[in-house]
Amino acid sequence: MTDTRSRYRAVTGHQLFWPVAVLVVMLAANTIYRPGFLSVEVNNGHLYGTPIDILRLSAPLILVALGMTVVISTGGIDLSVGSMVAISGATACLYISEQPDQNSLPAVLTGLAMGLGIALVLGAWNGVLVAVIGIQPIIATLILMVAGRGLAQLITEGQIITINSGPYRAIGLGHVLTLPLAILIALAAALLVAAFTRWTALGMIIESVGGNAEASRLAGIRSGRVVFLAYVLSAVCAAVAGFMITANVSSADGNAAGLWVELDAILAVVIGGTALAGGRFHLSGTILGALIIQTLTTSVYAMNISPQTALLFKAVVVIAVCLIQAPAFRARITRQRRAAPTSPPTPAREKEEVPA
Amino acid sequence: MTDSRPVLTMTGISKSFPGVRALHDVHFRLFPGEVHALMGENGAGKSTLIKVLTGVYDTDGGTVTLGGTEVSFAGPMQATGAGVSTVYQEVNLCTNLSVAENIFIGREPRRLGAVRWGEMRRRARALLSRLDLDLDVSAPLGSYSLAIQQMVAIARAIDVQARVLILDEPTSSLDADEVAQLFRIMRQLRDEGIAILFVTHFLDQVYAIADRITVLRNGQLVGEYPTAELPQLTLVEKMIGKELDILEGIDEQPKRDVAALEKGTPLVAVSDLGRSGAVEPFSLAIHAGEVVGLAGLLGSGRTEVARLLFGADRADRGEIAMDGQPTGLSTPARAIERGIGFCSENRRAEGIVAELSVRENMLLAMQAARGWLRPIPRRRQDELVEKYITALQIRPADPEAPVRNLSGGNQQKVLLARWLITEPRLLILDEPTRGIDIGAKTELQKLVAQLSDGGMAVLFISAELEEVLRLSHKVVVMRDRRMVAHLANDDSLDADRVMQTIASGSHREEVNR
Amino acid sequence: MSSTSLTLGRAKLRLPRRQVPVLATLVLLLVMYGIGVSQYRAFSNVQVVFNVFIDNGFLLVVAVGMTFVILTGGIDLSVGSVVAMTAMVSASLLQQGLPAQVVLVVALLIGPLLGFLMGCAIHFFEIQPFIVTLAGMFFARGMCTFISGSSIPITDGFWTTMSQQRIGDPQGNFVSISVLIAFAVVIVAAWTLAYTRLGRNVYAVGGNPQSALLMGLPVGRTRIAVYTISGLCSAIGGILLSFYTLSGAPLIAVGMELDVIAAVVIGGTVLTGGSGYVFGTVLGVLALGVIQTLITFDGSLNSWWTRIVIGGLLFAFILLQRLVGIRYK
Repeated sequence: MTDTRSRYRAVTGHQLFWPVAVLVVMLAANTIYRPGFLSVEVNNGHLYGTPIDILRLSAPLILVALGMTVVISTGGIDLSVGSMVAISGATACLYISEQPDQNSLPAVLTGLAMGLGIALVLGAWNGVLVAVIGIQPIIATLILMVAGRGLAQLITEGQIITINSGPYRAIGLGHVLTLPLAILIALAAALLVAAFTRWTALGMIIESVGGNAEASRLAGIRSGRVVFLAYVLSAVCAAVAGFMITANVSSADGNAAGLWVELDAILAVVIGGTALAGGRFHLSGTILGALIIQTLTTSVYAMNISPQTALLFKAVVVIAVCLIQAPAFRARITRQRRAAPTSPPTPAREKEEVPA
Repeated sequence: MTDSRPVLTMTGISKSFPGVRALHDVHFRLFPGEVHALMGENGAGKSTLIKVLTGVYDTDGGTVTLGGTEVSFAGPMQATGAGVSTVYQEVNLCTNLSVAENIFIGREPRRLGAVRWGEMRRRARALLSRLDLDLDVSAPLGSYSLAIQQMVAIARAIDVQARVLILDEPTSSLDADEVAQLFRIMRQLRDEGIAILFVTHFLDQVYAIADRITVLRNGQLVGEYPTAELPQLTLVEKMIGKELDILEGIDEQPKRDVAALEKGTPLVAVSDLGRSGAVEPFSLAIHAGEVVGLAGLLGSGRTEVARLLFGADRADRGEIAMDGQPTGLSTPARAIERGIGFCSENRRAEGIVAELSVRENMLLAMQAARGWLRPIPRRRQDELVEKYITALQIRPADPEAPVRNLSGGNQQKVLLARWLITEPRLLILDEPTRGIDIGAKTELQKLVAQLSDGGMAVLFISAELEEVLRLSHKVVVMRDRRMVAHLANDDSLDADRVMQTIASGSHREEVNR
Repeated sequence: MSSTSLTLGRAKLRLPRRQVPVLATLVLLLVMYGIGVSQYRAFSNVQVVFNVFIDNGFLLVVAVGMTFVILTGGIDLSVGSVVAMTAMVSASLLQQGLPAQVVLVVALLIGPLLGFLMGCAIHFFEIQPFIVTLAGMFFARGMCTFISGSSIPITDGFWTTMSQQRIGDPQGNFVSISVLIAFAVVIVAAWTLAYTRLGRNVYAVGGNPQSALLMGLPVGRTRIAVYTISGLCSAIGGILLSFYTLSGAPLIAVGMELDVIAAVVIGGTVLTGGSGYVFGTVLGVLALGVIQTLITFDGSLNSWWTRIVIGGLLFAFILLQRLVGIRYK
């Protein structure tokens, strides 16, 4: 027990420091700009306020980013999550819209099961392409990224399916114990994924495969299965996010639902400290990353800047985070700081290697 | 045959890296029209010397003269420009481009900025015909065999009026016919007056083509010899170094009764196992409790044998039987299930997962065997890790330290622990003591002896003969990708005889069937 | 020692291997056209083919730029946003009354500049192209709405001329000037790739960057160059798009990067780099255009089938590339 605690302390010590710092700075800046920013009030037994909104709105992104974290940790990437969001949302909404009683719980549950089912199939498709056929992940998932939008529109027949279902809407807008249900779902998913990876040996094996695939193979790991599983997990997470996004607006739009969520999710993962090259993953970092992105979006909204222009800020954040993480950039900075440059460094022609 | 004046002279070359003295006061001469072999075991400083010569590294001391003038190249490109070209072990060309382009890219014949393809092809054909090669120069390089690619690389190298051609292990992935082709071209270039520096691990090849031999050991010059005056045995001795005095200083393992061990069915019996391009078919029997030493020079096929046994590479012929039952070891996972462990010599690329902790690295193989659904209970993990950190004296003794922060020797121990935890019946150790200090080395050797006493079979691969001799019950000798002898490690076996076998490749000492 | 023994090692068949994907695309294109002609009488009209070019001229130009990037083994996600940004910048500058020539120069400089910066980030800081160009995509799209939240019409004389000018034969078939510009870009690009050092270096870097470095090729410069070229092509594509729509809209060409990548891959360029032709990309763009036309002609099929079919084709071609085994690495 003390061991886990010390480990936890070690993790918070450095891994989450920067994300937390960024989040705190953003919240502080917002509070200065708009003193009421952090205030939360109880209304009708529910909590309301900007922080609560940020939590609620970030829930889908957290979900998608959780799955993405695991995929990236294996050394892969999943570009198709945006399409998955659209497909699963559309499937569930279509089924519910066809029911005589849209408020019936069994109907909603069946709809959700169908959405999840189709996501499982698509996730397995990605997994087979990557783990069995051996196509590069970025290319393999590009296929569904392109075709998936079409599939989503095929399901909705190009329409925006509007539903009027209380239970379904609750996924996005409902409250439980004064808190938005969405954030509770996201939190539960995070705990589930954490349990799934950390209570089993899945997490360690994934990190091992992503960290050094050849060494893992020689240690007897059959990486195919875990990689396959990672893509399925990512699809399931995306599906739940899809339910949430469509429930928020009580309608499914094959075109717009989950647009660019894959990019935000990748960004959240990278901000959270998981390296794009794979290896160690940090679920808590990813959640923070998602919160940072949502806070950024909300702040920009609050300043009356159009959400599209928020992309400008996002671009700056992406570049800053990547530069901080890039070893080449760090090396350059430290090199400049140390020792007066005697001669301009020759362009790196070969990595200096010390004979073992 | 040779001019009296060397085209290239390196004098008093020294080079250090943090913590390592790679070269110390090395002299080297190269005459026009000779093939000069540079020999030495791993860490002898061959590649460092070449990199100093071609300007990849700066020297800490010493001078390089080319054709009488002192030179100091800023990089391989500048060296090439001055007539010193290098062809590396891995063909460093672009297989997607045509043969002609690979020869000329970067200096294509052009008119008004446009590449003159016809002219380029014509010149490529001319150059290749000088090497007696008749290739379709507009075909992509990838459609030709590695040997041809290697020769195209040579064509590229000599096109710039090379005076010195460095061939860095060009033959390591070629078969006999291909080597013969390469040699023909080397002889031709030599007769044209080009000085060839030839690095290889194959003794036969050295004696087939080299006019002179320079031997390095531990970053120091051992000597320069005309090939005719250096018998193979002497060469091997000079490369490996006879450190018999040290050997005698340490207690030897009492030689155990090999005959008793070898009664009954062998734990692993291999017949005719082979993989083309890696190792010739070989047979080998390993019994429980037996330590089999695999001796041979670097590149002689030691690692390839281990990889086939472990299923890391797929054999294309032959059979493996365990306890008399035929068994396929097609993947490492299968091999581990059958009770085999394999400590790779390439610690960083094939051993540790640098980001993960000591604990995770240790438990990886066991966990892999259990499957991800059955995690090892935390208490058991801690017990196991604790046990091996203590037993192997791993420093720092922190199970949660990322393994990349450990020293090489400690990383090696972590890997060893990874396999000991799986309680294998056969443990393959590939160069387990390389690059670790003498204390750790003795500990490791003791451990191997203990394990075999406990009934574990060990296949012990090492470049250090005394180590192999001290530990093994049986020594299997590899040479030029062939298993040439099985020697019982009785009182009559000593380093000299093993070296003789390595040098001559004779089968006469065969004891096992 | 005769040279007769030296042909060994030529075992594998070699002639069509690299051309297989391009040939497949060509066959696919012909088959689709054949289907169109056999199903719909109007399809055989030459103008149908011309319209494919008119509607996809800007896509073609952008895809040509992407071909350079993918040939080096990289990827450029920013193209769609850069197209939109160029169109927005032109529209907004024209609205402010700047002369057309000045606007053209400015608009054509922004894209390459962004591409150059992205190339530098990729080369000097060794950040993955995917992430850098993703940031570029965010940036360019953000700039669009920063300039204006809504569509800006273009009324400039030069633009309207370029938009409406028809170049055709006496039968009334015509193409727009944009198509000619696109062809010019294609020819220049094909020449560059085949006949200049830069072009050959692009293939070498895509084939094996380590080898290219050891052969003394300017790998870094080549990398930066391809992203700059892609930026330039996107800028030209943006201008062509503004000719086509006579406006700049902040949300135009969203998701275009996917079509472009799909067109390049269907055109036979290998996503891992080192193999492919501009000619293939032309075929790839045509294939997408013909699919769209077919689906429009059909009437019963909806537009989303386009995406699904493109995705299916993408899958088929990636699989084909694997089967042909072009991965030389």
